[in-house]
Amino acid sequence: MARFILRRLGFMVLTVILASVVIFWATTVLPGDVATMVLGRFATDKAKTELRQELGLDRPVAVQYVNWLGAYVRGDWGTSPSMDAAVRPVVAERLRNSLMLAFVAFAMYVPLGILLGLIAALRKNTWADNLISVGSLAFIGLPEFVSGLILIAIFSIQLGWFPSQSAIDPSSTFVEAFPYLILPAITVALTSLAYVVRMTRSSTVDVLQMDYVRTANLKGLPPRRVLFTHVLRNSLLPTITVVAIGIGWLIGGLIITESLFSYPGIGRLLLFAIQRRDLVLIQATALLIVIIYVVANLVADILYAVLNPRIRYQ
Amino acid sequence: MAVTAPRPVFEIEGLHIDYTTELGVLHAVRNVSLKVHEHESFGLVGESGSGKSTLAMGAIRYLAQNGRVTDGSVRLSGVELLGLPASELRDLWGSRIGIVYQSPLSALNPSIVIGKQLAEVARQHLGMDKSASMTRVTEMLTKVAMPDPEAVMKRYPHQLSGGMLQRCVIAMALMTNPSLLIMDEPTTALDVTTQAVVLDLVADLKREFDSAILYITHDLGVITKICDRVGVMYAGEFVEQSALYELFKRPLHPYTLDLLGCVPHFDPTPEKRSLVTIPGSIPRVDELPSGCIFAPRCTFVEDACTAARPPLAEVAPEHLSACLRWQVVPPPAEYLRESTEAVRVAQTECGLPEVLVEADGAQVHFKAPKGVIRAVDGMDLEVCVGQTLGVVGESGSGKTTVARAIIGLTPATGGAIRLHGRVLQPSSSKRPRATLKEIQMVFQNPDASLNPTRTVGDAIMRPLSLLGDLNRQQAKQRAKELLQSVSLPVSYFDRLPHELSGGEKQRVAIARAFAAEPELILCDEPISSLDVSVQGSLMNLLMRLQAEKQTSYVFISHDLSAVQHLSDAIAVVYLGHVMEIGDATRVLTPPFHPYTEALLSAIPLADPDIKQKPIRLGGSVPSAMDVPAGCRFHPRCPRFLGDVCATQEPPWREVEGDHRIYCHIPLDELASMQAETIVLADRAGGA
Repeated sequence: MARFILRRLGFMVLTVILASVVIFWATTVLPGDVATMVLGRFATDKAKTELRQELGLDRPVAVQYVNWLGAYVRGDWGTSPSMDAAVRPVVAERLRNSLMLAFVAFAMYVPLGILLGLIAALRKNTWADNLISVGSLAFIGLPEFVSGLILIAIFSIQLGWFPSQSAIDPSSTFVEAFPYLILPAITVALTSLAYVVRMTRSSTVDVLQMDYVRTANLKGLPPRRVLFTHVLRNSLLPTITVVAIGIGWLIGGLIITESLFSYPGIGRLLLFAIQRRDLVLIQATALLIVIIYVVANLVADILYAVLNPRIRYQ
Repeated sequence: MAVTAPRPVFEIEGLHIDYTTELGVLHAVRNVSLKVHEHESFGLVGESGSGKSTLAMGAIRYLAQNGRVTDGSVRLSGVELLGLPASELRDLWGSRIGIVYQSPLSALNPSIVIGKQLAEVARQHLGMDKSASMTRVTEMLTKVAMPDPEAVMKRYPHQLSGGMLQRCVIAMALMTNPSLLIMDEPTTALDVTTQAVVLDLVADLKREFDSAILYITHDLGVITKICDRVGVMYAGEFVEQSALYELFKRPLHPYTLDLLGCVPHFDPTPEKRSLVTIPGSIPRVDELPSGCIFAPRCTFVEDACTAARPPLAEVAPEHLSACLRWQVVPPPAEYLRESTEAVRVAQTECGLPEVLVEADGAQVHFKAPKGVIRAVDGMDLEVCVGQTLGVVGESGSGKTTVARAIIGLTPATGGAIRLHGRVLQPSSSKRPRATLKEIQMVFQNPDASLNPTRTVGDAIMRPLSLLGDLNRQQAKQRAKELLQSVSLPVSYFDRLPHELSGGEKQRVAIARAFAAEPELILCDEPISSLDVSVQGSLMNLLMRLQAEKQTSYVFISHDLSAVQHLSDAIAVVYLGHVMEIGDATRVLTPPFHPYTEALLSAIPLADPDIKQKPIRLGGSVPSAMDVPAGCRFHPRCPRFLGDVCATQEPPWREVEGDHRIYCHIPLDELASMQAETIVLADRAGGA
């Protein structure tokens, strides 16, 4: 088990390093000159050259990359030219907000998805199954900016239950932010719901056909007991993996929803950074999203191994 | 008789089971009746698709959603099961009805420890609390002779061997002393030696518990070890039912007669006869002939047979047959003489000049994270021109790996592989084409070895164009000839593998192996996954092709009765090493290596007259990563001598001719102990 985790950790570090190369390369080849952006179009060439020297932009790209990554690892994420502030505290605060949003969404779609998936599997090929499968698929196909707008139109404009915009103060507490989180959370949950439903359904359908479920039934156990003791334990394993990977996907995928609701999370921060061509901010935010994604995958792998005795005791 | 006859525990009468499918309603089981008494075991025999499992599961009302019992009556201790409310039925399942399944590993939940899974039955049906149910589980595991039950209860299924798991499942099924025990191919997934141990256990438990046993199997040999009465099923109906001995010695239905003829007779003499073949295949239940369902394949058919379907009738006391012409069905011995031919007559000695392929101290070691896996650990084998070397051993003996080393798929890491005396490169990728052409292989599972997207013709033509120098037109012509030589119609040339039955696919694989006109074909369990009748016809095919083309075979199998039928020489292997090798007749007659002796004692032979001395092996084959010191067989050896065996490598003892035994025990001692390992009955008797 320790070997397994170490191996996975190794892969994880490798993935992050590769991603950091891509991020750094992509941001340096973006059109636009940093010095011009910072100092304005009318700055003298001399001032620009001095600034470039100061920022280390005159050195070879490889050296710049190593310096950047080294500073990142040490916790020095640089200063954002567009916000004129240290990057790390800003990113950290926004990440916290995104995690709050993700948490609320998560608490909505995971239990519901598992429940619907189970119903679909147990009522396989009936109208209930078809309704759940088609319904959840429809939400996958529906982009967030459409479903989000529909939700705003119904729940905030028509019914007036929730605020239509979530442009809260970035440092709000969870309780303060909660009412503003509901609509964006539903928007996010709707797109992720279908994955959980489909995964739960297909793995439960598989497990229901297993010989050991037949054994459990023919032991004369009540159906409820067969379901909870023998089916769920095995059928939820792959679902847990999907859910854990989904957390990473969720954080990275909040850009549209956060922008739509003007919610101060990491996705919106990234969008802001891109619009302002704030390379320092883009690099820091993008790499952080990569790290979150990779960690979520690692957690998924470890969870699967821990929950599955066949892997645990190999 | 009628007065003293005990009331049957389990009675099925006129049962019909239908499946609703895309093809319409299929009548999978039709008008089936049987009775099983207390302490009695009823064997349900049939080939795949005969409906035996459907019958058993349908009778206790456990069917897939599209399955339905449409008519009949099923009574357990007098209680009618059909029409019983679901909750009451569930109270019978697991308490009055215990079930043992084919594959114990898949029958147990992989993520729950054994103890808990077994205890569930006691808690559900015996009203026991947690600690009482655990005590009961320990008791039951002790009854099925499980070593260290407490430790086993804390294990997960994947941590136990197949034989141990099957004991757990049997313990679970017997927990409540059920009235009916259904055993659905309970030993099919196990090794021969483990199978023998489990069969002994079932025979013991049959005396101890009151259960009536319904024993489902395709294996006629296993039936003889366990059953009192036997019913033979064919395409969803019984064709014959009788007492065990009667069925084997005087069957009164041609299908039973044919089935018995498909199984090789155990016979250590070199004279071999072909096996009976049944033309055609089992009809699909939606395409049944209107008369007797076996008529299209029957040797004794006459006009009346196709006119109306004969009912299953009592033609002799306690003997039911669904044949109109049961009176003309000959005794098996007579039938065999007439319908089979001598295929091998004289003993063929393999002299040194004739050796085709030789493995000389062959070694295949794999590096693993925690050590070295010694899969093949110094094997010496010789295959002679035009002959068959049978390689037999339990799973984990290295028999497949050594074959892969000979053909170069898994390169040998030590020793030498020689062809005509010349040392071959270990890896097939470094061998010249001319050498590749000389050695071909037929694998166990034709589904996995034939590319599902390529036609049969393509599959056979590939070696022709790769290894031969034929142009496309010639190759096509040759491929069609090959199809004919394996008795397949030429029209199969354009078919895809999924359009063929298992036996037909294996014929294609054999045709492909012969396409390159090799000198040696390695057959790795080529018939193991097939039905009895198909096995028989493939063995006939292999023998016929060998006689025609003088090709040598290495025939790898765990099934000693198939090996003894096909082989001129036999190698018995254990844990990567040869234990005994030599001319087949000599290997099969004493003295034996103790391992050979145990295998011979364990094979289920389809003849109730053959007496085998019960010599059983404990445990299972150790890991090839951890080969025992001294003689590697010593921890399981029933004839373990003492320290010599555990510390010193045994000597090769030369018996006679090329027959060698790798054992510390002197040959004359072995011979005197082993005189009665297998006692063949007087072959004239029985009929």
